[in-house]
Amino acid sequence: MPRAFTPKVVTANALLRGDVVYLTRQGHWTRDHAEADLIEDESTAEIRLLEAQALAHEVVGPYLADAIKGADGPEPVHFREAFRTRGPSNYAHGKQEG
Amino acid sequence: MYAYTDFDRDFLAERNAQFRAQVARRIDGSLTEDEFKPLRLMNGLYLQLHAYMLRVAIPYGTLNGGQMRQLAMIADRWDKGYGHFTTRQNIQYNWPELRDVPDMLDALGEVGMHAIQTSGNTIRNVTADHFAGAAAEEVADPRPVAELIRQWSTDHPEFQFLPRKFKVAVTGSALDRAVTAAHDIGLRLVEREGEIGAVVLVGGGLGRTPMIGKVLADFVALPDLLPYLEAVVAVYNLLGRRDNKYKARIKITVHENGIEEIRRLVDDEYVTRRAAFNGADMQLFGKISADFAAPDFVDGAGDYAAHYADDAIFRSFVDTNTAPHRHKDYSILTVSLKAHGATPGDATSDQMRVLAELAESYGHDELRISHEQNVILPHLPKRHLRAVFDALSGAGLATANIGLASDIIACPGMDYCALATARSIPVAQEIATRFEELKLEHEVGPLKIKISGCINACGHHHVGHIGILGLDRAGVENYQITLGGDGGPDAIIGERAGPGFAYDEVVDAIERLVRAYLAIREGADETFLETYKRTGPAPFKAALYPASEKAHAA
Repeated sequence: MPRAFTPKVVTANALLRGDVVYLTRQGHWTRDHAEADLIEDESTAEIRLLEAQALAHEVVGPYLADAIKGADGPEPVHFREAFRTRGPSNYAHGKQEG
Repeated sequence: MYAYTDFDRDFLAERNAQFRAQVARRIDGSLTEDEFKPLRLMNGLYLQLHAYMLRVAIPYGTLNGGQMRQLAMIADRWDKGYGHFTTRQNIQYNWPELRDVPDMLDALGEVGMHAIQTSGNTIRNVTADHFAGAAAEEVADPRPVAELIRQWSTDHPEFQFLPRKFKVAVTGSALDRAVTAAHDIGLRLVEREGEIGAVVLVGGGLGRTPMIGKVLADFVALPDLLPYLEAVVAVYNLLGRRDNKYKARIKITVHENGIEEIRRLVDDEYVTRRAAFNGADMQLFGKISADFAAPDFVDGAGDYAAHYADDAIFRSFVDTNTAPHRHKDYSILTVSLKAHGATPGDATSDQMRVLAELAESYGHDELRISHEQNVILPHLPKRHLRAVFDALSGAGLATANIGLASDIIACPGMDYCALATARSIPVAQEIATRFEELKLEHEVGPLKIKISGCINACGHHHVGHIGILGLDRAGVENYQITLGGDGGPDAIIGERAGPGFAYDEVVDAIERLVRAYLAIREGADETFLETYKRTGPAPFKAALYPASEKAHAA
């Protein structure tokens, strides 16, 4: 039996800086997970991923990552995606640098 | 040290110019990522979790003060003021931007360094014993052999698309500080009837299928070594599997075909290869060897003995961090990049400059990077040890913990690496911090703890006396412990102890293991590994899993 679809965001790394970005509803890239478009159904997710792949001059390796609705916008589900919203744990580098 | 020729400089400049144009074409949209990725990997540029990463080779771990200063400059100018020294004697910059990478490569080229073949299915940076040319017990300096292999393998047209990556390590000492048995090819230089040659091991490797290398040839004389290596890699290039990435390393080729069949094929191939070598390689080897001539050592230990007798902290530092040098008035000093709580292998640009300055002022302008992620001053006169200790103390580099519990190897793990399944660095930081709080590690003595954040085993956990492997178990970080591994001359793959531990349980588990060892060792001279070999895993498993022990007894 196919697994039930769970909500997703489209994420990738920016081409020039290499940092983590998310696709917004308007089709732009944001560096803030909470501003990502939370996609609730599978067919929309596939279309949005195709749109992201067409932006290959802006980003590298777009993929769908699990997310859930939070108070201020989508939140990551898996710890890997949570790390990607912050940065490494040994220095205050990356997004958590502010 | 090897000095770059005009040929080497021109080659690097041209290669860097090519890559600069490739980066420009990626940015202007002429190249897709699929087209660009193999090009950037050939030049050491990865894309990780949070940013690009540039992996720079430090061939056989040797560099001079000027090169270390340039690494510091690059860290300040294009990164975040530090670099990460790896288990393969590379340095990684974790935060470069794509546009800057060609400038970084040009800056490396200025000091005879590069990032070529630090990735991809090629012959990677050749590693060597970090005490090469300095160790008292050494048979031959492995670096001329390693440099010869570097030149032969760089851009070798036949070996740019091997079935999988290919790692070569060279040692010239029976103590084997280069973990040669865990490499695709391991070379152990030995002397036989007055002639230097190599024992050739093949098919070692860690990763998902850990294997100890097997002896392919028990003696290959130096003049025959390069054609012999070429025969081995040529056989692998055709025989190695390309249908399955996980079965593509030569260790699987050896395992599936048997060492006798590999030896037969190599011996056949060798006849053709040998005939094609006209001696130019040995001419080059002669020139390279001259570049690696030992410095002019100066006799006299000055007031070293008085400092050693008078200052307990200095004495502890010397006892823990130095090793016997071939000259009686010298020491090999290992500078720990494992201050308790710090990231294993990281050095700030300021620390790099201090190390460069010390090498230039006191240490015949030589530095080494070890696979254990420390920096070595290989030729340090004992009369300067006190001054060096004072300077290191001022730079946060005087931690006396070499070979002890807090001298942990850790891969970058999920703090940086896109392949990782769990974090490594904070586990290492917390274990080191715990042992510092307990003030126990000098009592415990030699203990190698090695941590990998995924099955690829960059942290060498299989050959740790205590190995830790971070995995993703149903969306939660989980850490498996292996025991009894050894990366020395009689290398052993550690055995898995049992079920894994949650992130917040693993430090306690390691402490229980170490306390169990202290309770059962037969005197302070019996090391952790010796105790483990004597008792087997049972008392250690009982310490790791006290509850299940009771359940079993009941």
